[in-house]
Amino acid sequence: MTDVPVDFTTLPPERGTNYLTDEFTIRSWLFTTDHKRIALLFFASITVFFFVGGIAATLIRLQLLTPGGTLVGPDVYNRLFTMHGVVMVWFFLIPSIPATLGNFLVPLMIGAHDLAFPRLNLLSWYIFSLSGLIVIYAIVAGGVDTGWTFYTPYSSMFSNGHVIAAAMAVFVNGFSSILTGLNFIVTTHKLRAPGMTWYRLPLFVWGIYTTSLVMVLATPVLAITLGLMSAERWLHVGFFDPALGGDPILFQHLFWFYSHPAVYIMILPAMGVVSELIPTFARKPVFGYRGMTYALLAIAVVGFFVWGHHMFVAGISIYSGIVFSFMSFIVAVPSAIKVFNWTATLHKGVISFDAPMLYALGFVGLFTTGGVTGLMVATLAADVHLTDTYFVVAHFHFIMVGGTVSAYFGGLHYWWPKITGRLYNRSAAIIAALLTFFGFNLTFFPQFILGYLGMPRRYFAYPPVFQVWHVLSSAGASILAVAYALPMFYLGWSLLYGKRASANPWDATGLEWLTASPPPKHNFEVTPTVVRGPYDYEISEDGRSYARPQA
Amino acid sequence: MDQALHQWVPFWPDTASNTGDVVNAIFIGLAAVAAFICLFNYGLVALFAVRYRQGSTADRSHRVQETWHWEIGWTAATLFAFLLLFVWGAGAYVWLYQPPPIANEIFVVGKQWMWKIQHPDGVREINELHVPLGELVRLVMTSQDVIHSFFIPAFRIKHDVLPDVYETLWFKPTKVGEYRIFCAEFCGTEHALMRGKVVVMDTKAYQQWLTAQPPTTSLAQQGEALFRQLGCSGCHGANSAVHAPPLEGVYGRLVHLSDGSTVRADDRYIHDSILLPESQVVAGYQPIMPSFAGQIGEDDVFKLIAYIKSLGESPRPVR
Amino acid sequence: MPALRPEIQYATLAQQSETAQLGMWVFLATEVLFFGGIMLAYEVYRTSYPAAFAAAMAESVIVIGAINTALLLTSSFTMALAVHWTAIGQPRRATGSLILTAGLGVAFLALKALEYYIDYQDHVVPRLGFEIHGVPRGPAELFWLFYFYATGLHAIHLTIGIVVLSVMIVHSWRQRFLPQSHNLLEVAGLYWSFIDIVWVFLFALIYPIGRVVS
Repeated sequence: MTDVPVDFTTLPPERGTNYLTDEFTIRSWLFTTDHKRIALLFFASITVFFFVGGIAATLIRLQLLTPGGTLVGPDVYNRLFTMHGVVMVWFFLIPSIPATLGNFLVPLMIGAHDLAFPRLNLLSWYIFSLSGLIVIYAIVAGGVDTGWTFYTPYSSMFSNGHVIAAAMAVFVNGFSSILTGLNFIVTTHKLRAPGMTWYRLPLFVWGIYTTSLVMVLATPVLAITLGLMSAERWLHVGFFDPALGGDPILFQHLFWFYSHPAVYIMILPAMGVVSELIPTFARKPVFGYRGMTYALLAIAVVGFFVWGHHMFVAGISIYSGIVFSFMSFIVAVPSAIKVFNWTATLHKGVISFDAPMLYALGFVGLFTTGGVTGLMVATLAADVHLTDTYFVVAHFHFIMVGGTVSAYFGGLHYWWPKITGRLYNRSAAIIAALLTFFGFNLTFFPQFILGYLGMPRRYFAYPPVFQVWHVLSSAGASILAVAYALPMFYLGWSLLYGKRASANPWDATGLEWLTASPPPKHNFEVTPTVVRGPYDYEISEDGRSYARPQA
Repeated sequence: MDQALHQWVPFWPDTASNTGDVVNAIFIGLAAVAAFICLFNYGLVALFAVRYRQGSTADRSHRVQETWHWEIGWTAATLFAFLLLFVWGAGAYVWLYQPPPIANEIFVVGKQWMWKIQHPDGVREINELHVPLGELVRLVMTSQDVIHSFFIPAFRIKHDVLPDVYETLWFKPTKVGEYRIFCAEFCGTEHALMRGKVVVMDTKAYQQWLTAQPPTTSLAQQGEALFRQLGCSGCHGANSAVHAPPLEGVYGRLVHLSDGSTVRADDRYIHDSILLPESQVVAGYQPIMPSFAGQIGEDDVFKLIAYIKSLGESPRPVR
Repeated sequence: MPALRPEIQYATLAQQSETAQLGMWVFLATEVLFFGGIMLAYEVYRTSYPAAFAAAMAESVIVIGAINTALLLTSSFTMALAVHWTAIGQPRRATGSLILTAGLGVAFLALKALEYYIDYQDHVVPRLGFEIHGVPRGPAELFWLFYFYATGLHAIHLTIGIVVLSVMIVHSWRQRFLPQSHNLLEVAGLYWSFIDIVWVFLFALIYPIGRVVS
């Protein structure tokens, strides 16, 4: 069969309506079942929460500029870091890529007209919004000071914050997670277009799929745990109270049984995004496609067996510690494989440095740094010193922020033309990406040093000897804030004045690029038939690279 | 080694104990591996990004098609390296968290928001822990209220302290000086102020410090006074009319409970007998002992344990 | 008339039907983790305090528990019957079966309420005059905490099931379920059966074990 490469970039934009212009009423938005509109609804919600969490972070870093801690008092500070954690984890990071990019792209990438359960998708957004209202109530009513980890007995018997409100917000939020995950799992199994076999799926879809498996299985345990803790607090009955024979460590086991897989919920979609960006901008198939899918599955599965590494100093037995440390090293292996494969994808590629690629490369670097420091905290004897210090704070911010947020921004920039039909200013985006990388490193690298020096977490004030590192960190945070705010301006500008995008401005191979930008309401006029795997980029003899789309 | 570190890394934190030296070595090993991986990876990415940038004339023919041998190769190497690190860390962890037999036990009670320290000879400290240089010390720790965490960065050791549980830490100080104690588990409003210092003194200075302390009876003697004051001897004394288990020699002995199980009468057992008596009733006795929870603090419980221990200790079986 | 065309994202009605069922199975997997988590926590405490838990368990009202189990198992049968009648085109019998199923569910809840009342009279409701003899109070109270937490959550799930059944009854009465297309009913049936299975596990944990030991 002859494969003549089709140059999609020069097609004129589609006439007729797209999913945005199909209807303009508020009702058509609030009662939509179109996965693309629901993705935008989620995008609006999580952006709001990104700012809420970001404001908390700003106040924290301002407070920590001086050792005396005079900007806010200890009670307010304790509520700030708690709300920063609660909001960022459940109301930004967990839904970020799945509910926005995932919702928008998964049906497009598999050649479907929508998700399996469109109404459930909308319900998921409403439940998310409800949980958002509850958490805003909790903040406005005075906040919670237990830390996002809600450890008992402090949370259930001592704290005078709005613990139950916050716990209920998270509980309700969990249903949104579960419904979204359920939708993606079923969609991926049942709605793939003809010819789209499992091993022809783009890695983004694999990323969302494996994430969804974790979401669906882990979140219920969080639900019952927060329920038990809330019952203890409300009814003064001691599930975890030693006086009644209960055990606060049981709370920690139950909490971390969810919360460790939760961090994989936050990183697997990001890995999926990066696996889309690098092949496109290196004009080369991803190195080791099957290995990459197995790695995603391995991380999802093994990730359920490492939760005890949050408890090495909590009072678990030495033998438990040994098992959990071992498993934590095992789960690091597939992550390492992914980093090596991304690097190898660059070898003999044809690499261009648009903003999405810069974010993707930034991800690879920052995730690597975060990952090797993960090895350090997985090492038992080292963790005894490092746990509960800023070392851990730095470690997880490298992964969550340096990793997930970078990938989220990279994905946003990559698929922005598809979602909005507009192109943004290339240089402004490149500057924002570079500024992000620089600002991020300045913010969080000093925190590794702070941690080894012994600076504990969740301190509103600290001994003056730590100040220099805190000042560096806060300086970096100010740069990072600018870097995150910049896209608002040029992306917003592009909505009004940006050049219109063609169907495939990046000359990429996925099914999403075969339909107009923005796509029509039902994605494809005709269901595509898939004939090859993803990332079929080649170099011809004369050095020109061209792409063969999947259908 | 420590001096070299301070020279090369000016902000390298103090190391003042045997435990600290062990953790330093592991951390430096880890940091070396981490640096290697990062530099290797960043280096390759940078190399490829430059060499294979769009428009460069590098040779792009013969792209790798069969990826399996590469992947198996670096997976195996990674797994091997990780397992080495794991074993190293696990071994040291077992050493860190299994104290050798140590006579000098110091009792620590964490409560919102201070550390109360009790030496066996009766000396009390608040937020300070004086120890002599070069001698093994074992800490027995508990919390009065919420979960705290006792952290001495210069010794590189830390352990959470929980209510109604006894946790232990041990170390041998190797350098004279003052070193910070932090609470490392969020415990409420003044968590950040729950700090103290370990003061390591050479033997002579330590003796001088001891003699300068206000005169006090030993922990066991204070326990005996409490024992009488709280009325314990009313039931557990020799001439009591109440049928209560005798306490002479009970410490360390195997005890048969009314539910059929057998436990060893260690610190935790005695603690629970005083504060949660109905949770474990000795076989052949009625559950009539009142609880003293709320009447005495954890520091008082340590005194009572010291007293009961002084009444005779059954030898522990050799492990 | 019910739609005979699948929704736009589906190629055939069969695909839509299979997808709906897969969706319910995935949801039931989450419920396994949900109730499984509670049962695991319960087991942790039970192995720590076997005597106290056994004594506390001996106070549970096994007669009501057993009747309730029989009621729910029967209701699963009538539910399956309802699906069967629908599939072979007997809507009136199907509707009757559904009404019976819902009725059995309501009877379960009524007996549960009675049981809670008896528990209150027996002084085993934590915090409301809780008493136990012969074993430490704390762990015994823990057993009863789990009892109310787990059966309460189960009752909420069952109530949701009854509400869903009511909708099914209306649909079935109006003959909206066709032999070749009755997704909603199948999926509701799956949910109902699952609630039944959860109860069987809860029953085993709450009632008989203590009696065997003591």
